[in-house]
Amino acid sequence: MSLTASDPAAGRRTRPAAGRRTDLFLGVLGLASIVALTEILSRTRIVDPQFLPPATEMGRALLADLGRVDFWTAFGQTVRGWAIGLAIAMALGIAFGGIVGSIGFLRRATASTIEFLRPIPSVALIPLVVLIYGSRPQSALVLVVYASFWQILVQVLYGVADVDPVVRDTAHSYRFRSLTVFRTVVWPTALPYVVTGFRLAAAVALVLEITAELVIGVPGLGQLIGVAQSSAAVPETYALVIVVGVIGVAVNVFARWIERRVLRWHVSVRRDLS
Amino acid sequence: MNRIIAALLYAVGLPAGLLAGWWLVSDGSTSFFWPPLADIVQAFPDTWNSDRVLADVLPSLARLGIGYAAALAAGVGLGAAIGLNPRLRAFLEPALEFFRAIPPPVLVPVIALFAGYTGWTSKIVTIALGCLWPILLNTVEGVRGLDEVLLDTARSYRLRRRTRLLKVVLRGSSPQIAAGARQALSIGVILMVVSELFGANRGLGASIVQFQRTFAIPQMWTGIILLGLIGFLLSLLFRFVEHRTLAWYRGVRRADRRM
Amino acid sequence: MPAVATEAVALDVRGLQKTYSGQGPSVEAVRDLTFVVRRGELVCIVGPSGAGKTTLLRCIAGLLATSDGRITLDGVAVTGPPPGMAVVFQEYGRSLFPWMTVGQNVELPLKEKRIPKAERQRLVHAALEAVGLTDSARAHPWQLSGGMQQRVAIARAVAYEPSVLLMDEPFAAVDAQTRADLEDLVRSLWERLGVTVLFVTHDIDEAVYLGQRVLVLSNRPTVVLEDVRIDLPDRRDQLETRSLPRFTELRRHVYELIQLAKQGHRPENEGR
Repeated sequence: MSLTASDPAAGRRTRPAAGRRTDLFLGVLGLASIVALTEILSRTRIVDPQFLPPATEMGRALLADLGRVDFWTAFGQTVRGWAIGLAIAMALGIAFGGIVGSIGFLRRATASTIEFLRPIPSVALIPLVVLIYGSRPQSALVLVVYASFWQILVQVLYGVADVDPVVRDTAHSYRFRSLTVFRTVVWPTALPYVVTGFRLAAAVALVLEITAELVIGVPGLGQLIGVAQSSAAVPETYALVIVVGVIGVAVNVFARWIERRVLRWHVSVRRDLS
Repeated sequence: MNRIIAALLYAVGLPAGLLAGWWLVSDGSTSFFWPPLADIVQAFPDTWNSDRVLADVLPSLARLGIGYAAALAAGVGLGAAIGLNPRLRAFLEPALEFFRAIPPPVLVPVIALFAGYTGWTSKIVTIALGCLWPILLNTVEGVRGLDEVLLDTARSYRLRRRTRLLKVVLRGSSPQIAAGARQALSIGVILMVVSELFGANRGLGASIVQFQRTFAIPQMWTGIILLGLIGFLLSLLFRFVEHRTLAWYRGVRRADRRM
Repeated sequence: MPAVATEAVALDVRGLQKTYSGQGPSVEAVRDLTFVVRRGELVCIVGPSGAGKTTLLRCIAGLLATSDGRITLDGVAVTGPPPGMAVVFQEYGRSLFPWMTVGQNVELPLKEKRIPKAERQRLVHAALEAVGLTDSARAHPWQLSGGMQQRVAIARAVAYEPSVLLMDEPFAAVDAQTRADLEDLVRSLWERLGVTVLFVTHDIDEAVYLGQRVLVLSNRPTVVLEDVRIDLPDRRDQLETRSLPRFTELRRHVYELIQLAKQGHRPENEGR
């Protein structure tokens, strides 16, 4: 039995194409309404414009930012920190997860340790990292890698565990070398999980990167936000928050796009596999 | 009996080994950042005595609890209302997705504009706001994805609105809501700490940072370990509750897989 | 034996019409359905695929608004899901609440009717007994096989003590062996409880085996092609009844009607 419409056999409540167009229109209307609301609340002083400036002022600050070199430098620093940290975490997570997941003894032996270390909030490491690296980018890197690593590791372990033992044994019985078995059996099965891990890790990585910049002062957009707020440049603060939000949305969209591409390719591979 | 012993060994083996290793490697260490584990352990009871626990740890946890509970109530309530109304959902979804994509710690300076950095209000509001989005959006997803036949059945037996909402819609979307609540919990812990790092504060995160600034390194380490323990215990608590309330969902998934 | 089919009318469908008008061109699914189900009858509805059988059922169940026409249940017009009607859906797996046990599933509609606890327990127990599932009251639906799940859905409908029982191709997703058992179950429940049953199916054999009457539908836009009276003996048996010559005749008649329907045949007296 199934529970939700995400099950292919269940009653899909999809909207017809024209319905989707209406949805898009409504969505854009929704965004516009939020902007309008901000403007109205602020201009009519229902909310003190010192705390919530009108949308137009935020927009003006945003446009001004787009012309500043230091803005784009910070932007690049944030994206670079995010990307490098994520890449390292992916590599470590896949390697570690692939090896541990494939060897029963290792999996069982490390399970409790992983379960304990995983929920440790990476912000707990902030004081340590500040001591060692100060506000250099390495501080952010450690936090980003630590947090993202667990997301990927957990997913890779799920993925390796999902390998059909019958298929794997068949491959072994044909005397495939371990590497071949990995390539032809384990990897295709684990791939969707790896991609899910990537999506989760990408979001977490951005959160930690911004946190490090905001809290520790690592160069980047988060640091600019901290500066803007403490110098009471309120529209500027909001403008930067919007930019960071847009980056967040872009990261989500990008990760989901990758997930779709990989899974589409994956379905055909899975078919060949059986 | 053997299986129990084996399971215990597996569970305890590596952690014990790592701790022992840490102890031995750091023994007699004169490094500034990496004091001997023995020193850290010794510093524990002194640092986290009842005064500090009352003045720092409990308030932090209380703020987390209040903010998280507020986010749960608002997120599930609003999420159900939005999820059941396709037009409203289409209207709000892009805006909600945008708000969710904003890294939560960034909320701290923004809320500070309204409510300052110190005191309970700004922290609770920050935690609540940060935890709200995953719960809200996941509830919307869960409600939206409910099986049509299930809803038709509820309608055909003339179940009252309240019954439909509580016993069908919310129970049916509880797996998704639980996923959102789990994400929200990690965000909540992050915000609990970050909200205490600006301005003058009492709290767990604030204490740890104070130790770091005054170079009380072993104490700082005890704080880090304590925070880790709290994160671990909270996640355990969550898993326990989830395990009990979603037992049926696991059963359904198992049955589906068998097919 | 069923309670005597008096002239009392349980369900009166007149001029039922349903047109879907989405963003595209409007589709007239059902043009004019007019028929009557008397109290205590077991009426089957068959038709070619896409004939709007499910649409018809959902309209009668009050789950779907009609474009025109009037549906009356026990003298009261149907505008939303009416009291006194229970529906058994084809997708049994998706109509039982997985977070409740079998017993709780059967009990839920009774709670809504505010039936006191002792009476509820009695009804639930009686219903589960009637479908042969007394041992499964504490189990969850997903622990049961498909046929058993459908029995739970039937038990839930029976415990509700409806005046009309609607069944929407309930055995389409079940294997042949189980289907035979479930058909006999429906027939025996109908005899014992005297409930009025409207049974939609695409299986001609099933319709002839179960029904006192078989309404054959045309294809889209749907009207009733013919109201076939099944004059088989009241005691039906899977082996014996199905080997009667009269069964074969009726079956062939309905089959021919369906073939005509598929080719777009319309009744001579089609007005609109």
